Amino acid sequence: MAAEIYLNVAVSGLLTGLVYGLMAAGLSVIFGVVRVVNFAHGEMMTVAMYLAIVLFNSFGLDPLVMAVPIAGVLFALGYAMQAGLINPFITRPEYSQFMLLIAVALIIVNVLLLVFGPDARNVQTSYAFDSFLLGPLIIDATKVYAGAATLVITAALFVFFQGAPLGKAIRACADNYTGALVVGLNVKRLYALTFGIGAACVGAAGSMLVLLVDVTPSLGPALTLLAFIIVITGGLGSMAGAVLGGLLIGFTEAMAGLFFTPSAKSMFSFGLLVLVLLFRPQGILGKRMS
Amino acid sequence: MRRTPQTNYLRLTRRSFAAGAGAAALLATGTGLDFARAQGGPLKVGVLLPRSGAQAGIGQDCQRGVEIAPPIFKALGLPELAIMNADTETNVEVARARAEKLINDGAQLLVGAFDSGQTTAIAQVAEQKGIPLVINIAAAPPITEQGYKFVFRNFPTAPMILSDAFANQKEVFDATGAAPKSVVFMHVNDTFGTAMQQGISAVLPRFNMPYKIVEQIAYDATSRDLSVEVAKAKATGAEALLMVSRLNDAILITRELVKHRWSPMIVLSMGPGWYEDQYLKTLGKLSDGPMSFVPWYDPNKKLAQQLEAALANSYPGINMNTNHVFTFEALLVAADSYKRARSTEAKALADAIRATNITDNVSIGLGIQFNEKGQNDKLKNAAIQNRGGKLLTVAPKGASNAKPELPMQPYDRRG
Repeated sequence: MAAEIYLNVAVSGLLTGLVYGLMAAGLSVIFGVVRVVNFAHGEMMTVAMYLAIVLFNSFGLDPLVMAVPIAGVLFALGYAMQAGLINPFITRPEYSQFMLLIAVALIIVNVLLLVFGPDARNVQTSYAFDSFLLGPLIIDATKVYAGAATLVITAALFVFFQGAPLGKAIRACADNYTGALVVGLNVKRLYALTFGIGAACVGAAGSMLVLLVDVTPSLGPALTLLAFIIVITGGLGSMAGAVLGGLLIGFTEAMAGLFFTPSAKSMFSFGLLVLVLLFRPQGILGKRMS
Repeated sequence: MRRTPQTNYLRLTRRSFAAGAGAAALLATGTGLDFARAQGGPLKVGVLLPRSGAQAGIGQDCQRGVEIAPPIFKALGLPELAIMNADTETNVEVARARAEKLINDGAQLLVGAFDSGQTTAIAQVAEQKGIPLVINIAAAPPITEQGYKFVFRNFPTAPMILSDAFANQKEVFDATGAAPKSVVFMHVNDTFGTAMQQGISAVLPRFNMPYKIVEQIAYDATSRDLSVEVAKAKATGAEALLMVSRLNDAILITRELVKHRWSPMIVLSMGPGWYEDQYLKTLGKLSDGPMSFVPWYDPNKKLAQQLEAALANSYPGINMNTNHVFTFEALLVAADSYKRARSTEAKALADAIRATNITDNVSIGLGIQFNEKGQNDKLKNAAIQNRGGKLLTVAPKGASNAKPELPMQPYDRRG
């Protein structure tokens, strides 16, 4: 097999992994601060994907351009979910939080099924079939655009959490809940903001992922599982870890498909997960829990 | 003469006594019950299809075959069927559970379920409960090799499809004077795909085909991204693609072929996906060219023309295909056997199905008859090619309505 095939597949896997990483970053941010595991993460992503499809089909709005407005809508949804639904569960046992979010996930899947039906849907942009020729490399143009947009959004999130006062306040909540209360931070509002930011990541990732894969209501649980694999591999609570995890999973699945059999791709991502759990349980960039 | 109600109630004549005794005797032997059932209304038919999940598009396409059947059956003088719809959710365990529920809810005959894995599960339930199952579409051979008494299949098995497919391919190659020397064989890794893969490996050497399979690539039917699979296929340098796929993956693969700037000489599909209406509509001009070697309808048969007209009337713009034809024929078997059995009793229905002999049917071949295993072994397949959003039959000669085009037009020269 020619060398360019390996490069082609590696680049394709990394670009897909970037979008996966942004999706998983949302899950990681929410868990890192609110300490709630969002079992409706993939389902929220499908909501964003359907929003992108409706906007494209009704108004011809490109999902890449609509990534920010869709992120805004998902932010509002996430904020409302945390403020109105999840905050009362913060002090309850974890299993009741799990059940609540699994219920939300089931409701989302069934509402989408009622509204959009079971058929796979996609957007056909003018560049849907374009590819770039770089010497012997053929790179899917859509993946390049989606990957680049992911990098920009991820960089903006890093800047927000490191430099903005609100970002620092959110990090303070994550580092020391009691300390944050003592210095007068409105922790419940910050939790809602954090959940909103996590959901916004999902919104942006969803509007890009719809360019790469067809969406059905039943895609949600698969995406939730994928997000879990990525954040556990990268390190639960670490944004950089989520992006790294996404890249690793995207790359691993692509290369496994090439070297072994494509039907066993998922086996290799789960294999990677098992290795990480065995040798670095906190994830590659995760902090060891005290 | 005016009678009081009381007088009427108490009056017992020899005639009324004899009628009452006769009715009691009929009920005691069960004959009367069957007769009452036969006269009691339509046969309750549970139709199991994947209406959601990865095969939802195909399941809903099959449903069109159900919807257009009643007026045709009425015109044929067949009894009415009461359809009980159920969704297998493209899931084997759900299919099993739905089959059990349909039977518990009173279904007297089952039809379904497009997919071999799901159909296998339903067949086990049908046999266990003693309720006839007429399979519309499912090609895995073991389903009718279990010695089941209540399972009937009016659809070719994988080896039957393959034998006809290779014969039809040769006919196409001879007609066009072009043939690929090498192919990549890509297939889904579900029950159907695996059965077809095993069948192709076993059957191919016997047909002395002009091409060799240079690589086999199995992939997950629910895969979200098939770029690696197509990149791997392209890297082999093969001239053509041999496919066993479903609908969503057929669309994904076509997109990746375009993105990878690879136009195979021809796509030879041995299963569903490439001729589906959703494939044609989603991809437009990019859907032109692939050839599918599938169980099909004979456009020269009267009932096929009636069915095509009914479909065009109810669903304008939708091409008639395997899904409509074989789902319709499964219901045809159900209605025909109910008419002859004059009973909804399971064994009587099964016996009537076993004795089926419908020559005025839709699919290619001698008609609908079942052998001792419950398999219709008289079916024949066709080669069809997508051209201009239409499905043209290009082989066998006796049932064709167009000449094959090979090689297909490269994707980058379609405007």
